[in-house]
Amino acid sequence: MARYALKRLVQMIPLLLAVSLIAFALIKLVPGDPAVVMGGSNATPAEIEAIRRNLGLDRPLHVQLFSFYAALFQGDLGRSLLLGQPVTEALLERAPVTLWIAFYSLVLTIVLGMATGIVAALRHNTIVDQLVSVFALLGVSIPNFWLGLMMIVLFSVHLGWLPTSGYADPLADPVGFLRTATMPAVALAMLQTGLLTRIVRSTMLDVLGQDYIRTARAKGLPEARVVLRHALANVMIPVITMIGLILSVLLSGSIIVETIFSVPGIGSLLGNAILRRDYPMIQGGLLFVAATLMLLNLVVDLLYAAFDPRVRVDR
Amino acid sequence: MTPPLLSAPLLSAPLLSVRDLTVTFRAEGRTQAAVDRVGFDVAAGEVLGIVGESGSGKSVTALAVMGLLPANGRVASGEILFEGTDLLRLPARKMRDLRGRRIGMIFQEPMTSLNPVFTIGDQIVETIVHHERLGRRAARERAVDMLARVGIPSARRRLDDYPHQMSGGMRQRVMIAMALACSPRLLLADEPTTALDVTIQAQLLDLLNDLRREFGMAVVVITHNMGVIAEFADRVAVFYAGRVAEEAPVEPLFDRPAHPYTRGLLASTPRLDADAERLVTIPGAMPNIAAPPPGCRFAPRCGVKVEACEADRPPLVAVGDGHRAACIRAGEAAA
Ligand SMILES: Nc1ncnc2c1ncn2[C@@H]1O[C@H](COP(=O)(O)OP(=O)(O)O)[C@@H](O)[C@H]1O
Ligand SMILES: [Mg+2]
Repeated sequence: MARYALKRLVQMIPLLLAVSLIAFALIKLVPGDPAVVMGGSNATPAEIEAIRRNLGLDRPLHVQLFSFYAALFQGDLGRSLLLGQPVTEALLERAPVTLWIAFYSLVLTIVLGMATGIVAALRHNTIVDQLVSVFALLGVSIPNFWLGLMMIVLFSVHLGWLPTSGYADPLADPVGFLRTATMPAVALAMLQTGLLTRIVRSTMLDVLGQDYIRTARAKGLPEARVVLRHALANVMIPVITMIGLILSVLLSGSIIVETIFSVPGIGSLLGNAILRRDYPMIQGGLLFVAATLMLLNLVVDLLYAAFDPRVRVDR
Repeated sequence: MTPPLLSAPLLSAPLLSVRDLTVTFRAEGRTQAAVDRVGFDVAAGEVLGIVGESGSGKSVTALAVMGLLPANGRVASGEILFEGTDLLRLPARKMRDLRGRRIGMIFQEPMTSLNPVFTIGDQIVETIVHHERLGRRAARERAVDMLARVGIPSARRRLDDYPHQMSGGMRQRVMIAMALACSPRLLLADEPTTALDVTIQAQLLDLLNDLRREFGMAVVVITHNMGVIAEFADRVAVFYAGRVAEEAPVEPLFDRPAHPYTRGLLASTPRLDADAERLVTIPGAMPNIAAPPPGCRFAPRCGVKVEACEADRPPLVAVGDGHRAACIRAGEAAA
């Protein structure tokens, strides 16, 4: 297992190099003079010149590439034009916020998605099954920003139960975290919950028809044990493979959702950077998110191997 | 072939008595009877063979006894008496308590009948712990013992294997070990060897035969193979299209089959002492149970049918000692 994890980590290196090359090329692909674009319409020629010098855009391409990688290997992603702060520092400051909300959202997704999917499968072709299908359809079709805004209108403006924005650290202030993070987490969770519900429902139906379930019943086990142990252990396998996908949807969704709820995380940071053309920040954010997703996917694959004995990872 | 001991339990009440069992299925809005007023007895310690073509209702009958019919199937009428209690009237909890403890079952599909994500030891231990006041450690010892008894080499080490690490024959042995772990009085074996290759089939039949003597349990062995019947069964029920066509101890059945369908089955079974080239098959196919012919269901394929055969369902009539056939011409044929 450890050897497999190490191998996978080494395999990430070429992938990260490829992503960083794309991040580097990003600035070169901007039509026109990137310094002018970044400076915006109100920038004076002196300011534009400063941006150009700051980013090293006045130097030959190969020199730019070399210094980009030289800095990258030291963990230096440049300096944000907007914040004047090193990009790495800004990202690390905000990463825990996004990761906590993503984790909260993932827990909501799994709990809700599994519960509804299992109930729908057990109540196959009944009104309950149909209600769950409607819920899943709403989940996949309601845009997260719209749901976020509706929740703000209902729970913050009308009922006044939850604050419209902000963030509290879950370890220091758990109640504050729940009060601020619940609406963003729910908004983020809807799409994947809908997907997961459908997958759990159909997998559960399939698994319940398998011969080994008949065997479990023939052994005289109570139905609860048949479903929650013998069937669920098999349903978990596709669910775990989906977690990697869920995480990438979560992280990309966080750009819009964090912006709506003014959550000080990576999502709103990148959202702003994109709107204001803060290229160093966009570059750094892209790399950071890609690396995070690769690591999370590795964790998911290791989990998968732990759940399915037929997968042998140590070879 | 028939052990002399078997006449004694036959005198008392049977261990299992299936009476007038009808099982219907709802499929595409229609209800059809897959099993139509079927009856048979199994004495303690006895091996009853149920033989018949695919689709004749053998598995459905066994599943009805276990109370494990698929969701769209139900017992429409009849009784299933086990040790004198009607299983059909038993509350679900009591029925569950019998399954795996008093009645074990093994299935045709060894490759898919074990849960792929649990070790085989885990799956055997689970049954034992569930039915008996036994700690996990003691249950593990019992599991090792059972695996050894079904002929799995280095049983203790195999306990932590997952099903995919074993061959089909080995998995079926595991299924047998699991079914027998709580020493049931009755084992339902639904085509236990059909999916396996011939040499393994013979080994498994020998094993089952040894074990049922050792455990003193009764077995209902379901098969479409007359060879398995000859090898293993004390008595036979021949199923045809959801009904019992003939019922008899093994020897009279092979020597003096009274139902034309049984004669056809025997003629189409390759025997070591017979000329393989003279193998006969019964022309035609089993009727669709959704629209069965009136009268005798075998009539459309029968070489000796008369007009009356197509009028009413032929009753099972005695043609010898413990030998009954559902054929209005059985008397003539047996004579
Ligand atoms: N779940 C089901 N739904 C509808 N019909 C079924 C179902 N299971 C079995 N049957 C029908 O019952 C009949 C007997 O099946 P079965 O007992 O499996 O035959 P076999 O003698 O080969 O074991 C078949 O005609 C089959 O179509
Ligand atoms: Mg069958």
